[in-house]
Amino acid sequence: MKFKGKVWKFRDDVNTDEIIPARYLSTTDPKELGDHCMEDIDPQFSKKISRGDIIVAGKNFGCGSSREHAQISIKGAGISCVIAESFARIFLRNAINMGLPILEIKDISGIKEGDYLEVDLNSGSVLNLTEHKEYKAKPLPKFIQEIIRSGGLLKWIRKRGMARCAR
Amino acid sequence: MAYTITEKILLAHTDKKSIAPGEFIYAKIDLALGNDITAPIAIQEFEAVGAKKVFDRRKIALVPDHFTPAKDKKSAEQAKILKNFSRKHKIVNYFEVGRMGVEHALLPEMGLVGPGDLIIGADSHTCTYGALGAFSTGIGSTDLAAGFITGCVWLKVPETIKFVYNGKLKAWVGGKDLILHTIGDIGVDGALYMAMEFQGEAIKALPMDDRFAMCNMAIEAGGKSGIIEPDEVTKKYIRSEGRNVKGVFYKSDVGAKYSKVIEYDVNKIELQVSAPHLPSNSWPVSKFRKINIDQSVIGSCTNGRISDFRIAARILKGKKVSSRVRLIIIPATQKIYSQAIKEGLADIFLKAGGVFSTPSCGPCLGGHLGILASGEKAIATTNRNFRGRMGHPDSEVYLSNPAVAAASAIKGRIAHPEEI
Repeated sequence: MKFKGKVWKFRDDVNTDEIIPARYLSTTDPKELGDHCMEDIDPQFSKKISRGDIIVAGKNFGCGSSREHAQISIKGAGISCVIAESFARIFLRNAINMGLPILEIKDISGIKEGDYLEVDLNSGSVLNLTEHKEYKAKPLPKFIQEIIRSGGLLKWIRKRGMARCAR
Repeated sequence: MAYTITEKILLAHTDKKSIAPGEFIYAKIDLALGNDITAPIAIQEFEAVGAKKVFDRRKIALVPDHFTPAKDKKSAEQAKILKNFSRKHKIVNYFEVGRMGVEHALLPEMGLVGPGDLIIGADSHTCTYGALGAFSTGIGSTDLAAGFITGCVWLKVPETIKFVYNGKLKAWVGGKDLILHTIGDIGVDGALYMAMEFQGEAIKALPMDDRFAMCNMAIEAGGKSGIIEPDEVTKKYIRSEGRNVKGVFYKSDVGAKYSKVIEYDVNKIELQVSAPHLPSNSWPVSKFRKINIDQSVIGSCTNGRISDFRIAARILKGKKVSSRVRLIIIPATQKIYSQAIKEGLADIFLKAGGVFSTPSCGPCLGGHLGILASGEKAIATTNRNFRGRMGHPDSEVYLSNPAVAAASAIKGRIAHPEEI
């Protein structure tokens, strides 16, 4: 899977209340949640971005609540993938389980807002087309790659056979 | 092989012979929890994938606690999804409004979680039950749907950081202060992906409610779980008030491997307040005496238990809430609510000019029952002070224990209980 898009940059510790405030949690509609994505950081965010754009953030992206509305909102807004120096753990597992592409790269300081990136999810290569630089993402563990390749957790379970479980 | 308590519990829930941090496991769960925010997505996914049966109707808990009693039509629709699913699949542990409580106070109280259990919950504060010596962690709605179907969860075996608390607590200092101080020390990602094991003489001396408050906030340091070795205090709790939980009492082996050991001398830990907008921004309360507040909230899955209200009542008895402050008191469960009335605590709060509400997560996540306007400041016994958490993006939340929240309500500014 490859993505090309413009960079929107965020700081460290972006939390789930910022990604999608709790006042919108009474719906699960991707369009509606997408319209309010990152609203409390930048009220215009969902209007400014184009389909396929990429979020690039610092450490601990997605800390806070377990709400999958955060992933639904990011996908609903049209973001193709999220790159961060690190992800909070529930956000990370939700992204994997739901098939929102995420990549960890060690240092994002060389990527500026507005740069164009080309991301190859399979190889973990992140090409900065504006700066002509390449970054290598931390490879995902095999087990997680398997879930992603299946198209998310529930498809992985279906593939294994729903009746058959480790129990 | 020497194991930590966390490793022992995880191993016991797999078919493996051994286990090591970093390893991926597929583990059996003893309880899967969802609420009115997260369960609707899980149920939609459960149905979309064509699942027909839940793995065990006794091992699922559905608690509509966040936006309930339903705050608006949309929230009512969300809660209805839980109710219908519970009826259809004969879920034993569905808690309707009136029998409901804030999930992380309710499940231990009902004896649904105990030592040695492996619990997953689609709510980040599911780590609370580690206070009973369980492995308990927050997951997402998709994990919950998968749990409903298979009774299993995928996990990466975490490394553990050991926190040792030596000494004796100062007056008014409790579990909340220890955890705010700890998060302040290590940061909001200081325990990312890791288990936080709390040990030491100060922990041994901590009552159950304070242990819940500590483990509840492990997630605020990025932790996967918080855990305290079960002891006599635990045993007394799980076998009192009609609970009859057996549990398996695991202990960390001497020689178990920790990624880090951090020690604190609790004699030196002051009452803590975490300033906006991160729980890690914690300092002694004295730093904030000039901060005027508009609201004080005492409640939530962190500090909405009976001992929290006893502490608040000791301070509020015979006093009046400042004319410019709204004091909002929300017992976490129906039982706590009833107990607070029986002990005369509710009367003290009402006479002081406070609000005494039915259980709900309510204002903690900016849901309802006390949303802040722009520029307003609140002190709260809740667990997060992110920007906009309790309402307007330009409002501010300061986190504290119930004694500080009560004292601040009287003074109209952040205050030490000794000032009352």
